[in-house]
Amino acid sequence: MAQFTAPCPPREGDISRRSVLQGAVALGALGPVRAADVVPHAAIAVDHKSQVSKPMTSYIGTATSRIDGHAKVTGGAKYAAEFNVPGLVHAFVVASTIAKGRILRIDASEALRVEGVIDVLTHEKRPRMADTDQAYKDDVAPEGTPFRPLYDGRILFNGQPVALVLAERWEIARLAASLVHVEYEQEAHVTDPYRQREAAFVLPEPAKSRGNAAEAFAAADVRHQGEYHVPIEHHNPMEPFASTVTWDGGGKLTVYDKTQGVQNVQRYVCSIFDMNPDDVRVVSPFVGGAFGSGLRPQYQVVLAVLAARALERSVRLVLTRQQMYSLGYRPAMIQRIELGATTGGTLNAITHDAITVTSQYEDFYRNETTWSGLLYKSANAQYTHKLTRLDLPTSCDMRGPSATTGVYALESAMDELAVALSLDPLELRLRCYSDRDQNNGDVPFSSKNLRECYRQGAEMFGWEKRNREPRSMRDGSELVGWGMATGVWEALQVPITVRIKLTANGHAEVACATSDIGTGTYTIMAQVAADALGLPLDNISIKLGDSTLPQSPVEGGSWIAASVSNGIVTTSNAIREELLRLAKRVPDSPFANATSDEVALADGRLVSRLDASRAISIADVMRVGAVDRIEQEKSTSFANDGKHAHNAHSALFAEVKVDEQLSVIRVTRIVSAVAAGRILNPKTAHSQVMGGVVWGIGMALHEETLIDHKFGRIMNANIAEYHVPVNADVHDIKVIFVEEQDHIVNPLGIKGLGEIGLVGVAAAIANAIYHATGKRVRDLPITLDKLQR
Amino acid sequence: MINFHYSRASDVADAVQQIRADPAAKFIAGGTNLLDLMKEDVERPSLLIDITRLPLKTVGETAGGGVRIGALVPNSDFSYHPLIEQRYPVVSSAIRAGASQQLRNMASTGGNLLQRTRCAYFYDTVTPCNKRTPGSGCSAINGINRGHAILGTSEACIATHPSDMCVALLALEATVHVAGPKGERAIAIADFHRLPGDTPQRDTNLDRDEIIIAIELPAQGFAKNYTYLKIRDRLSYAFALVSVAVGLEMDGGTIRQARLALGGVAHKPWRDFAAEAALNGQVASPETFRRAADVLLRDAKGFAHNTFKIELARQAAMRALTQAANGTPQSQSNKKIA
Amino acid sequence: MTQNNTVAKTRNNISVALVVNGTGQRFSVAPWTTLLDALRDQLDLTGTKKGCDHGQCGACTVLVDGRRVNSCLTLVVMKDGAEVTTIEGLAPSGGLHPLQQAFIDHDAFQCGYCTPGQICSAAGLIAEGKAKTDDEIRELMSGNLCRCAAYPNIVAAIRQAMSVMVEKP
Repeated sequence: MAQFTAPCPPREGDISRRSVLQGAVALGALGPVRAADVVPHAAIAVDHKSQVSKPMTSYIGTATSRIDGHAKVTGGAKYAAEFNVPGLVHAFVVASTIAKGRILRIDASEALRVEGVIDVLTHEKRPRMADTDQAYKDDVAPEGTPFRPLYDGRILFNGQPVALVLAERWEIARLAASLVHVEYEQEAHVTDPYRQREAAFVLPEPAKSRGNAAEAFAAADVRHQGEYHVPIEHHNPMEPFASTVTWDGGGKLTVYDKTQGVQNVQRYVCSIFDMNPDDVRVVSPFVGGAFGSGLRPQYQVVLAVLAARALERSVRLVLTRQQMYSLGYRPAMIQRIELGATTGGTLNAITHDAITVTSQYEDFYRNETTWSGLLYKSANAQYTHKLTRLDLPTSCDMRGPSATTGVYALESAMDELAVALSLDPLELRLRCYSDRDQNNGDVPFSSKNLRECYRQGAEMFGWEKRNREPRSMRDGSELVGWGMATGVWEALQVPITVRIKLTANGHAEVACATSDIGTGTYTIMAQVAADALGLPLDNISIKLGDSTLPQSPVEGGSWIAASVSNGIVTTSNAIREELLRLAKRVPDSPFANATSDEVALADGRLVSRLDASRAISIADVMRVGAVDRIEQEKSTSFANDGKHAHNAHSALFAEVKVDEQLSVIRVTRIVSAVAAGRILNPKTAHSQVMGGVVWGIGMALHEETLIDHKFGRIMNANIAEYHVPVNADVHDIKVIFVEEQDHIVNPLGIKGLGEIGLVGVAAAIANAIYHATGKRVRDLPITLDKLQR
Repeated sequence: MINFHYSRASDVADAVQQIRADPAAKFIAGGTNLLDLMKEDVERPSLLIDITRLPLKTVGETAGGGVRIGALVPNSDFSYHPLIEQRYPVVSSAIRAGASQQLRNMASTGGNLLQRTRCAYFYDTVTPCNKRTPGSGCSAINGINRGHAILGTSEACIATHPSDMCVALLALEATVHVAGPKGERAIAIADFHRLPGDTPQRDTNLDRDEIIIAIELPAQGFAKNYTYLKIRDRLSYAFALVSVAVGLEMDGGTIRQARLALGGVAHKPWRDFAAEAALNGQVASPETFRRAADVLLRDAKGFAHNTFKIELARQAAMRALTQAANGTPQSQSNKKIA
Repeated sequence: MTQNNTVAKTRNNISVALVVNGTGQRFSVAPWTTLLDALRDQLDLTGTKKGCDHGQCGACTVLVDGRRVNSCLTLVVMKDGAEVTTIEGLAPSGGLHPLQQAFIDHDAFQCGYCTPGQICSAAGLIAEGKAKTDDEIRELMSGNLCRCAAYPNIVAAIRQAMSVMVEKP
């Protein structure tokens, strides 16, 4: 089958994509709404308003098993390191052992003497690479000077690749890598955020402050202030970062890469190596988890391409688990919150200050602070964000970036305020409930059913049985704690292009260069297409994860479900219009005078919305039109009307049991009630939120990257000592999707689920631990030693 | 991982002969710890002598009423063997508290005794470590030492022994049977592992040309009143911060004989006769347990990040004694502390 | 299958016979080749995953002589004569093993990378017969990390498969 090859898409939208990630208030214009492409709900088989006929099937909203499930349970799904080609060269990275300085000398002679070693690339011995910062800026790069692997002798962080061994077998490359001797000139490094606290510099105001928070705080009846610490965390997707680059002849490359954005990688590779976009195809059909770590192209893809070009052979490079700790991470964070309230429990002052960390060469940050004044009503709010530099790689997005950490601090502080007010923490949230986005022009939300999240979540959890006194509830030797918190995320959308090929036999292929990183994109795309085209789910095939497919930005920020689903509807509308055009040629066509809005696709037929008996099968339309297929490719953009805030919300209720004597903590129950617009697939949606909740357990109790600041090295760069939850840590998790119809956020009313499941969870658990023990721990993770004494 | 020679031992004598012939050779059985360390270039054997075909895979009763477990019996089989479950449940429980079922299926009984420390500096060849490179210094003493030892440390090393199984074996006074060029000998488990002193590179008193052939458990199994309580940073598949093995012989409410051993706190599984003496002949009571725990931890010394372990170990010992005395041993699947 | 009980000291490749997914294979491997790397690189059985290469994640779990092990810490030369079952060979030709079906039914995965190891581990767990309760399943499946955190669904899937396999042994 012929592949449509898209030219390297223009980089329009880059700025807005970057800015939307800056936080809730920075939703920039994302381009004009093209109303013709976005007909609300019309394509969902039959519009409910027409009341003409009900669709035979409605996949949207129906629990549906993953269409890629069979491939995943049989081992058939291939990930980046699993494309085996003859004559593959195996690469292995030699990593720096100092955190800062420069390379004096690299002696690869011993490595080169190992039988089976082909070459050792270093900054002194490598093919040409671009020499401008701009060339290394990927779609989602922060401001600064991007890292260039094997570019020069500067050492910017421990674990930095300094040489690349190329060998006929992986084991040989690994052995030879241990025989490459590197001499350094070491410089003093700093990796401790607390030592660099005073060196932090102020970033532009994250959002316009309102009123005078300091004065209001000073005058408040009841005050709480606290400092909350979050350590560096690493994503640790199960699949290691890997690239298999096949040398296809004539300088053409196919790059099988672990990434959340095939086209981002393609542009990046083309830019660094000055290659023609037609000569670089990036493919990533399956991604073994990424959680933000795959948003930016990682250095292994540069090195694998570099090696393939040097040898003119196919090359695979897989990072070891340890080497993955030299990629990005969730920045360590020091947050200060001040809340001033009336005795009645309404907020009048919010101050949220954050210090986060980044590398010496790029300024990565998101807006932790502004969630506070978005989530709760307060006449006075002030935000300050400072950034401090460490001799580490650049920090990066990690699941729910900014909200996960910012809301942890806020929701811990709110719990403390509730204690100070002698008020039920849920009641405090209700008294501070905000129906408007005060950060951003005091506009209403497109929809916000958080109140119902609180209600349904509390009811399922049994919150009303809670005794407010800490240490008041117990189960034998265990103290029982119940805590709650709120979650919030932004409902984002990005410009996207979808191609649909409908054939006369009623099968459709839906194609878009987005990714499925485990979120279920394959399946929801098929569900939406099946409904929009009026076809059985089994008749839909999905192509994604290939840079030659129609344009998609990186998959992140929970924006792909909304973007690609509405994109499918747009393209399906075009398919329907084309079918209608052909149907008018049918002798005595029932659609002779029908407009596009008056017809729908259902059961493999074009059907009148006004009279269901007027219908023609797709096969008949195509026969009359003398075509065997209809192909349409349409782009969909979105624009915030500026009159509404777009957010998803959640309410979290957690039960912990803490052994009174030994402080062993067990998270026994969590209820997560989520309002995130339309839920496309309750089955995969449930998994996503449940996964987020477990991430929250990890964040609250386990996860912490430990750096020995003397050496500037991560000492738990593995997944035995970097603890993530195991099966035994996870018990009863209940997920509720609260009904939320939203006709403003986008035509299908989708808000996305990738992040919201995690936001707020750590605070709910921390608050439950306080309630159980009476001990407030303000630095994560809450390991049992912090509860002692 | 370096390239190494490989050979198979045909019998115990051959194994001993092969290891004598090559000072940098190592035996391999389960490989779960050795291969891990080889991949980190911490272990760099010239030769791996595969001993998995040796006839050391049986569990059987001894003439003296004990049970002898072949050195190649996988940890999982050891744990689930009916004789062990019935007569030495503290060993069954301790084994199940360690690693994962996959690893327990692979790991051998002998290999479990020879596990090396999980100290991060030992694993990272970039940092100084006296255990890995004698004389290079101990990075943990002034580094990240939350998981490190509080008892029996030296200026050269504050690493801990990671085994769970060995803590229970110590409590039961197991014997390690080894074979060497001079024939077989028996080593009491208490004498098998070493404190670091100024030779932290040596974990055990096994000579390098000796091979473990069996573990022997004496008749007394403390099957009625026992527990293995492990405290860690997540609820499974993590190394102990502190663990406690307890066996009690009760006479009504009085402790006739007590065994008490700690894991995760020292360079070897830790047992203290004085602490047991504080229990023997006493009425089982919180006060008795507190006194014994105080004795057990009397010489404990913490470092920057691990002083919490002293109180944790004290409390865990008291709790474990309570569990054992009450006949309510800690479950390894129900994570509520009994 | 023939196997050598004695191998004289060598650094050269050694001929090894394995039955992999029911098919006898004889191939030549260097002593330092792990079962995981041999499966993925030499036999193109990439269903078995490398997640950590150190026995810390369980993604590489396969059945050797019916028992679940971490193939990343298993040297091929030591398994001469063994029977190996990977995710590709768990079900009879073409069909799905009850565990595979149950994992789909319960959405017991997201990204799918840990899934073959989870399923092989669960097959080992069921064969061991030691897990009766959810707590026991959780504990005995704790050697298989799932960063997408499908754990409760994994437990549900294993329970389903257990009941199916009891009905149809």
